[in-house]
Amino acid sequence: MATTITKPETLVGKRIRRREDPRLITGTATYVDDIKMPGMHYATIVRSPHAAARIRSINTKKAAAHKGVIAVFTGKDTQKVGPVPCGASLPGLRVPHHHILAMDRVYFAGHPVAVVVATDRYVAADAADLIEVDWDVLPAVADPEKALAKGAPAVHPEWPDNVAFNYHQEGGNVEKAFSEADVVVKQRITSQRLIPTAMETRGVVADWRPADRQLNLYSSTQIPHLMRTLVAQMLGLEENRLRVVAPEVGGGFGSKLNVYAEEALMGFVAMKIQQPVKWIESRRENFLCTIHGRGHVDHYEVAAKRDGTILGIKLHIIQDLGAYHQLLTPAIPTLSVLMMPGLYKTQNVRADIVGVFTNCVPTDAYRGAGRPEATHGIERMVDVLAAELKMDPAEIRLKNFVTKEQFPFPTATGLTYDSGDYAAPLKKALDIVDYQNLRNEQAQARKQGKLMGIGMSTYGEICAFGPSPATPAGGWESATVKIDPTGKVTVMTGASPHGQGEETTFAQIAADELGVNIDDILVLHGDTAVVQYGIGTFGSRSTAVGGTAVYFALQDLKAKIKKFGAMLLGSDDVSFSGGQVICNKTGKSKSIQEIAAASYRAMKLPPNTEPGLISTHFWEPPNFTFPFGAHIVVTDVDRDTGAVAVRRYVAVDDCGNILNPLIVDGQIHGGVAQGLGQALWEQAVYDDNGQLVTGELMDYAVPKAHMMPRIESDHTTTPTSVNPLGVKGVGEAGTIGCSPAVVNSVVDALAPLGVKHLDMPMTPETIWKLIARSKS
Amino acid sequence: MIPQAFDYTAPKSLDEALGLLAKGAKPLAGGMSLIPMMKLRLAAPDHLVDLRRLKDLNYIREQGAAVHIGATATHYDVENSAVVRGKCPLLAETAAHIGDVQVRNMGTIGGSIAHNDPSADYPAALQALEAKVVLKGAKSERTVSVADFFVDTFTTALEPGEIIREVIVPVEDSGTGTSYQKVAQPASGFAIVGIAVRVRKSGGKIGMARIGVTGLANRSYRAAAAEKALEGKAGSATEIQNAASLVAERVDVNSDLHASADYRRHLAVVYAARALMAALARSA
Ligand SMILES: Cc1cc2nc3c(=O)[nH]c(=O)nc-3n(C[C@H](O)[C@H](O)[C@H](O)COP(=O)(O)OP(=O)(O)OC[C@H]3O[C@@H](n4cnc5c(N)ncnc54)[C@H](O)[C@@H]3O)c2cc1C
Repeated sequence: MATTITKPETLVGKRIRRREDPRLITGTATYVDDIKMPGMHYATIVRSPHAAARIRSINTKKAAAHKGVIAVFTGKDTQKVGPVPCGASLPGLRVPHHHILAMDRVYFAGHPVAVVVATDRYVAADAADLIEVDWDVLPAVADPEKALAKGAPAVHPEWPDNVAFNYHQEGGNVEKAFSEADVVVKQRITSQRLIPTAMETRGVVADWRPADRQLNLYSSTQIPHLMRTLVAQMLGLEENRLRVVAPEVGGGFGSKLNVYAEEALMGFVAMKIQQPVKWIESRRENFLCTIHGRGHVDHYEVAAKRDGTILGIKLHIIQDLGAYHQLLTPAIPTLSVLMMPGLYKTQNVRADIVGVFTNCVPTDAYRGAGRPEATHGIERMVDVLAAELKMDPAEIRLKNFVTKEQFPFPTATGLTYDSGDYAAPLKKALDIVDYQNLRNEQAQARKQGKLMGIGMSTYGEICAFGPSPATPAGGWESATVKIDPTGKVTVMTGASPHGQGEETTFAQIAADELGVNIDDILVLHGDTAVVQYGIGTFGSRSTAVGGTAVYFALQDLKAKIKKFGAMLLGSDDVSFSGGQVICNKTGKSKSIQEIAAASYRAMKLPPNTEPGLISTHFWEPPNFTFPFGAHIVVTDVDRDTGAVAVRRYVAVDDCGNILNPLIVDGQIHGGVAQGLGQALWEQAVYDDNGQLVTGELMDYAVPKAHMMPRIESDHTTTPTSVNPLGVKGVGEAGTIGCSPAVVNSVVDALAPLGVKHLDMPMTPETIWKLIARSKS
Repeated sequence: MIPQAFDYTAPKSLDEALGLLAKGAKPLAGGMSLIPMMKLRLAAPDHLVDLRRLKDLNYIREQGAAVHIGATATHYDVENSAVVRGKCPLLAETAAHIGDVQVRNMGTIGGSIAHNDPSADYPAALQALEAKVVLKGAKSERTVSVADFFVDTFTTALEPGEIIREVIVPVEDSGTGTSYQKVAQPASGFAIVGIAVRVRKSGGKIGMARIGVTGLANRSYRAAAAEKALEGKAGSATEIQNAASLVAERVDVNSDLHASADYRRHLAVVYAARALMAALARSA
């Protein structure tokens, strides 16, 4: 008879090492490019070198005649394929038809024009060079402010003003608030275009089985199920004939929360050539053709009383959309508006967004997606206000926070903040840096002419996307948990982790709930043929929404296990713990293995009970969650060169209950790295002709390990009542909290020189010029 | 990111290699510069001859009053060689600034100087060290000074069919202080400015000063005016500052996304002063 080792401890809350790491560290994981199939062909995509041009003609003859080439397709061939989808809708939104291959015009450098399919990738690349396109180069515009100016080149000729949409949102009474103000501070704040730079570029393998009428699409994506639904529609294929697999995915950061031209294109090619085909994006293509993030020019106005009480906020956002709408492009800046009040009480806000077409690759969700911009804006503005009022930045924040007692707190933008204690992480962070002493040290340093800065940000974010009515594609998540006849457990989640560690955290939840060994649990995801349906992994949602679905599926399953246990023990008075159903009277027990075997053997069934142990739950969240935290950054600025050194980085984050502190710290570290990248180094630069100047890692400065400061990470814990796990989400927190803290710190360092604001990235040269100017 | 087709040979002897090179093949060393260029299709050699397997190019040895470094010695080898660290520490210090560990494990001194990227690190040190480069063809061998070797951006004194056989660096006199100070470009890690300094004092005065500069101009160079300004000086802060302010004299300074010409020039002055200070502090 099977014996169960009773699990001695609970795993939730422990620093369990990630179960997915061995295969990642040893290089044995299977990414898209590791997939090999008999008869597989390779595709190379020919892309426009121009940001705007008419295509007079395309000559594919030489390429098609090249040895090893089996097909060449252009826009004419693919025009029946449906457009690349935009899932966001806004009133009056102008949506350009986004063909998967350009028809007679290209709109950004990198725009796909043709695809060459060959027996190997070297041949395909050689043949791609043989395609001749006769271009009529047109003027381009790559800057959203310039695109709005009179006489700017029209990105889409049908909309000469380059405006894709105007959006307005208002709450409270802004005019009254501003008329009652003692002070109004204004600032133009930019959040530059960033390149998400996932370690693994995108890639697709498409495998068409004509006899089965089945298309298998392997893609490096965060949303396999949504992709199935959308790509099936693009290809005119019945959805149940398309299987999408997200194999190992080497990071996404939002850039793979999308459906791209190449996914449908490879499906199209495979169905045409009746052979499998692979396309792997090069790093250069990744920079040119995978979505970028941010791209904001914001104008802020904040009205306040002399005592620092914030009365109201006005915000005007110019959003650089790029040439097209990808899946969520126009929705991203609306998230900035939702979060524009930050952690502060003010009930009077007004925001306007103008979404602008430019001859650049589209912007879309990048780690934080709209919230880093909002946090950066409000956290800069609070510092600008504090400087104006000569108040301490910590004091002005503490004065304006929504207080502990006010939750659930309805915001002026229509949200309900679930739970919070905003002063707690700030106070903890101030303690960790020994704030008062630090300020004294700064005063001393300033006397010696040193430029030392102390900056903070207290951020709030909207996570766990989200209630379905408030999301473009459904905001629930699903889970199936099944126990095999031998007692092994499989969890199938509709979330699609790609580095976040849910194979570990979901196993922790299941191990605790079922009382089984974590090694007996397998977590499966990312395959539409295996997993019921799902929404995917983005918006810090997987654990709060997907983990909750797992939790509820486990509750159903536990109930069933108890029923079988009660039947086997012949008693109604049973309890379930440590992987055993125990008769409370006799102390006799049945293990999960025994129960599983009996449930499938089905010699006898409890009343109204089906055989087997399997349970599926689709969980619809009643609200978003709202994590928060405080980051404090101490910097030293080199007077001679303008270089910024981060001396200390303290992050106190409150993401509700913590399932695995190791993973949470990892998320914070990675998030902070990307926030520092934006604050100090990264920017996607297009020249006036729409050429991407930072087209390679040699010019686009992602932070490397040696550029990172040590991060002192700590937490406060304010559970949410939105879900039974009490978890809020932490995937984007580090990024959102980071950039304003760093900028505030450097502005503070330069304050003695009269500096009031800096845009990102704060390059040494920019700072050096400010220092030089202050001397003259 | 997919190169054009090419032939590849790993020759057994230097003569075999030189024979192939005479026929127009291109040498491959660490591949850290050449292979990215091929992947971007900026270079499309028909035939690569792999030099790294040739034992007679991979050595570091002291010979007479000089250290001889074979062309295929990796940056890691140079950084960690007891001979280089002991006899010409400036070069070891400089090697440690190149790229990251992977690049240092693969990249070679011969490949770096043959490539002659105007932002590469080695050239600054080799200029300050007044090193020599031995060039070998199928039928000839010649020795040139680095001052003559580094001609222009990505251009050297190498003739077709010639390879770099070795780099010769004089053994440092005891008492010489050296330092390499670099501002790294945040994306690539190459030098926006790199300053290599050697100074020796005698009788309380600076008797010798050598300043090699990289990153600033189309090629590395020695800042002769600055060197001269230091000779006979005690090395006070003002004297250092005055000398440093001459490092970019009459130089046509590079300008790019990462640093304008003005800023680069300014950094060169600041970093020259820092390198001089550090080197003086290390001199006896
Ligand atoms: C990510 C990255 C970061 C880097 N950072 C830095 C940095 O910070 N500082 C820096 O200085 N460099 C840097 N480099 C460049 C690196 O130092 C290269 O190793 C070096 O420039 C080339 O050396 P290699 O041995 O790899 O040569 P290869 O790439 O193999 O060859 C380069 C060129 O030299 C020729 N060649 C090679 N050997 C010989 C020879 N013996 N005789 C004649 N010709 C020869 C080749 O034909 C080719 O034209 C970096 C490179 C990378 C990829």
